[in-house]
Amino acid sequence: MASLRVLVGCKRVIDYAVKIRVKPDKSGVVTEGVKHSMNPFDEIAVEEAIRMKEKKLASEVIAFSCGPTASQETLRTAMAMGADRSIHVEVDANQAEIIQPIHIAKLLSKIAQEEKADIVMVGKQAIDDDCNQTAQMTAALLDWPQATFASKLEPAEGGLKVTREIDGGLETIQVKTPTVISSDLRLNEPRYATLPNIMKAKKKPLAKKKPEDYGVEIKAHQEIKKVEDPPTREAGQKLETVEELVTKLKDGGFI
Amino acid sequence: MSSFGLNLFKGKIATDQVFPFPEVLTPDQKQTLQELVDPVSKFFEEQNDAMKNDSIEKVEDETMEGLKAMGAFGLQVPTDLGGLGLRNTQYARLVEIVGAHDLGVGITLGAHQSIGFKGILLFGNPEQKAKYLPKLATGETVAAFCLTEPQSGSDASSIRCRAVLSPDGKHYILNGSKIWISNGGLAEIFTVFAQTSVKSEKTGETKDKVTAFIVERSFGGVTSGPPEKKMGIKASNTAEVYFEDVKIPVENVLAGEGGGFKVAMNILNNGRFGMAAALSGTMKYCIQKAVEHAASRTQFGHKIHSFGVIQEKIARMTILQYVTESMAYMISANMDQGSTEFQIEAAISKVFASEAAWFCADEAIQILGGMGYMKDCGLERVMRDLRIFRIFEGTNDILRLFVSLTGIQYAGASLKELQKAMKNPTANLGLIFGIGSKMAMRKVGLSTGESLAPYVAPELTDSASKASQAIEDFGATVESLLLKYNKKIVDEQFLLSRLADSAIDIYAMVSVLSRASRSLSEKHASAQHEATIANTWCTEAAIRIKSNLNDISNPTSGKTYRNLAQISKDVVANGGLFQRHPLGF
Repeated sequence: MASLRVLVGCKRVIDYAVKIRVKPDKSGVVTEGVKHSMNPFDEIAVEEAIRMKEKKLASEVIAFSCGPTASQETLRTAMAMGADRSIHVEVDANQAEIIQPIHIAKLLSKIAQEEKADIVMVGKQAIDDDCNQTAQMTAALLDWPQATFASKLEPAEGGLKVTREIDGGLETIQVKTPTVISSDLRLNEPRYATLPNIMKAKKKPLAKKKPEDYGVEIKAHQEIKKVEDPPTREAGQKLETVEELVTKLKDGGFI
Repeated sequence: MSSFGLNLFKGKIATDQVFPFPEVLTPDQKQTLQELVDPVSKFFEEQNDAMKNDSIEKVEDETMEGLKAMGAFGLQVPTDLGGLGLRNTQYARLVEIVGAHDLGVGITLGAHQSIGFKGILLFGNPEQKAKYLPKLATGETVAAFCLTEPQSGSDASSIRCRAVLSPDGKHYILNGSKIWISNGGLAEIFTVFAQTSVKSEKTGETKDKVTAFIVERSFGGVTSGPPEKKMGIKASNTAEVYFEDVKIPVENVLAGEGGGFKVAMNILNNGRFGMAAALSGTMKYCIQKAVEHAASRTQFGHKIHSFGVIQEKIARMTILQYVTESMAYMISANMDQGSTEFQIEAAISKVFASEAAWFCADEAIQILGGMGYMKDCGLERVMRDLRIFRIFEGTNDILRLFVSLTGIQYAGASLKELQKAMKNPTANLGLIFGIGSKMAMRKVGLSTGESLAPYVAPELTDSASKASQAIEDFGATVESLLLKYNKKIVDEQFLLSRLADSAIDIYAMVSVLSRASRSLSEKHASAQHEATIANTWCTEAAIRIKSNLNDISNPTSGKTYRNLAQISKDVVANGGLFQRHPLGF
C-alpha cells in the first residue's frame, strides 16, 4: 500500500475573504491587485494526501496547478504544507481566462499516466467558478473509478473505502486504485503552512511545463457575454402588528 | 554610511541613509517575505484570540504551540541554526502583523527574540550560538532579558546583582534579583546583567563593571515569582526572577568580562525599530476600526466621516501612521545595509511610534464614542496594551535625553576625553562637557547652506526647503547651547527634551519626504495622497520646530522652566498639592 503516488490538483483562486468586484466593462471580475490563495477544497485535498503520506499509505505527493506564473505561489504553499514536488503548467493571462474543467482534466489525466499516479485528488469544486466537473471528467478520461465528495478516506483491500457526502446523508463505497477522488468540506481541516516549511519548500522541485507538452490545446468552448453583480436586496421593514403585515402583503399584491 | 540623526546636530545634511528611500531586499527576499506574510496573517486572524489571551492573562497553550511550530520564535536566527534567517526589514514586516492583532503576543515574542536572546545573536561566540540558538529558534526554550532591578530602572549602570568568580576560576556565582522581567516565569534561558570586579590590565586597579551572562534555569538557584498583574499586555508573562548562588560556567560570559553595558545598550538599540514596526501595525488596526465606523455611522442625517472634526482625526491618525511606518522601514533598511550608527534614529522611532500609536488608539475610541469604550470593540485592550510602550525599553523621557546628548556629544566629538565619557552618555552625564569644551565648540560645523530640495520630487520642494531650514536652525541652536551652557547642558532637561522633540520632528519630515518622493517618482496610485500627507506633516512640523527651538533660546522661556521647576518643588515639598482649596477646606 505504501507505494501509492498521489497527484493533487491545486487551483489558484481569489481568496475567500476578498469582496469580489465586477470589472466596469462587465467582462469579468477584477483580479489585479486582489489577494489570491489556494482553492480551499484543494487545500483539503492536499492535506489529505499529506496525511496519507504521514500514515505511510502514500509514498509521494505531487502538486499540480495550471495557470499564470503566479500559480507557482499556490504550488509553493502546497509544498510548504508537505507535498514533495510540483508541476506547473503555465498559460498566459489570456489563456488563463478561458480554461475550463475539460482542459484541466485532460492535463491531469496525462500527468497521472506519466507520473504513474495511483490517486488523483482534487477539491470537489473551485470557489470561483463552482464547476464541480474536474474529478468526474478526469476519471472518465482515465477510465478509472471515481469517489467524489469524500468526507472520509480509509485504506481497504486493493483500494480505498470512501465515505461520500450525498443528498440526505453519507454513502460508503469502496474503490480500487488507481482512482480519482474529490474532497468535500468535512474531509479534514488543513494545516497552516509554517514559516520554516515555507523556506524549505523553496528548495523542493517545481517543474515548469506548457499545455503543449501534454498535447493539450487550451481553446475556448464558450463565450462570456456579461458578468454582473447580483442584484442588491432592498431594505426590509419592521412591522408592529399582524394586521399591518396583512395590509402590506395585500398592497403588494402577494395575497 | 553616516547617520542623518548624528549629523543633524552639526546642522549638516547627511543624505546617504535617507535619500533615496533605502531598499535592501533582493527580489528573492521580497518574494520569500510575501510568502510568509499570508500564513502569519491567517494564523493571527483564525487561530489567535487576543481577547481571550487578555482575559486569561496568558497566551493560550494551543496558540503558543502554534506560534512555535510556525517558526515565530526564531525569525532572525540563522537558517543553519534552525531559524528563518530573516533580515531586519523582513522581521519588521512580520511583527507589523503581530502588532496589528495582539500586542501581548508581540511582547512574548519580542521579549524572547528582540531582547531575550538577541545578546547571543549579536555577541555570542560560535559555541554559544550553536549551543543555545537552535532550541531558542524553535521555542523549545524561551528566553528573557534581565536588566531591571528594584533599585535600578532607567539608571541601568546602577544594578546590584553581583557575580563573583569562584576560587578555581571556572564559575561565577550569581546573586541578586530582577523585576518586571517579560517571560520571566516561562524562560529557560536568561541574558542576565550583573556587576563583576574587573581588574584593569593597565593600572592593576579593581573596579566594578557590568558583565552579561547566559544563565540557564537548569543551573539551579534560579526561581521566578508569580505573574504580575498589569494594566495591559496581560497575555505576556511578567515576573520577578531571583538568583541565589547560581553557578554560571565562565564560558557563559557574553562579550567578555566588563562588556555588559555595551551588550545591554546594543540589544536595546537593535530592537527599537521592531517596536516602531509593530506599532505601525497597531495603528493600522485602530485606523481601520475608526474608518469602518465613520463610514457607516449616521448622525444628524449624515455619515459622520463627512464632519470636519472626524475628518481631522482620521487624517491625523493616517499621517502619524505614515510617519511611523516610514521611520520603521527606513531604519530597518539602514540596519540591513550594515549601518552601525543608528542609535539616534532607533530611539526617535521608539518615542515617536509609542506616542503616535497612543494618539491613534485614543482617537479611534473617540470616533467610535460609547462603542469604542466597550470591551467587545477591542480598542480598550489595545489602549491598555499600548501604554507600556512609552515606559519600557528606555522611557520616552530618558530616550529624549539620550537623543539630545548623543547628538550633542557628536557635535563636539573632537575631544578624546569627551568621547570616552560619551561611550555611555546617560551614565556619564557629568563628565561630558567637563574638559575643554570650548575647543569642541569650534569643531561644530557652521551652517552649510545645504538643501534637501534636489533629493525630493518636485511636488515636495517647498517642504524640503522647510526641512533644510529646520536642520540649519537646529544646528545653530545646538551650537548656541554648547556655548551658553558648557558642561551644564546635561542638567538642562527642559531644553534637552525640547531639542529632542525638534530632532524627532526633523527626522519625521525627512522620512516622509523620502518615502513620498519614491512613490511619486515610481508613479504609484497613492502618490498624490502620500504627497499631501508629507506636505501636511512638514508644514506643521516646521512650525513646531520653530517654536521649540525658540523656546530653547528665548530668555522668557527660561523663566517659564524655572517656574515649572519651582511649582514642582513646592508640591513635592508639600507631599501633594499645595494650593488653597477654592472653598478653603
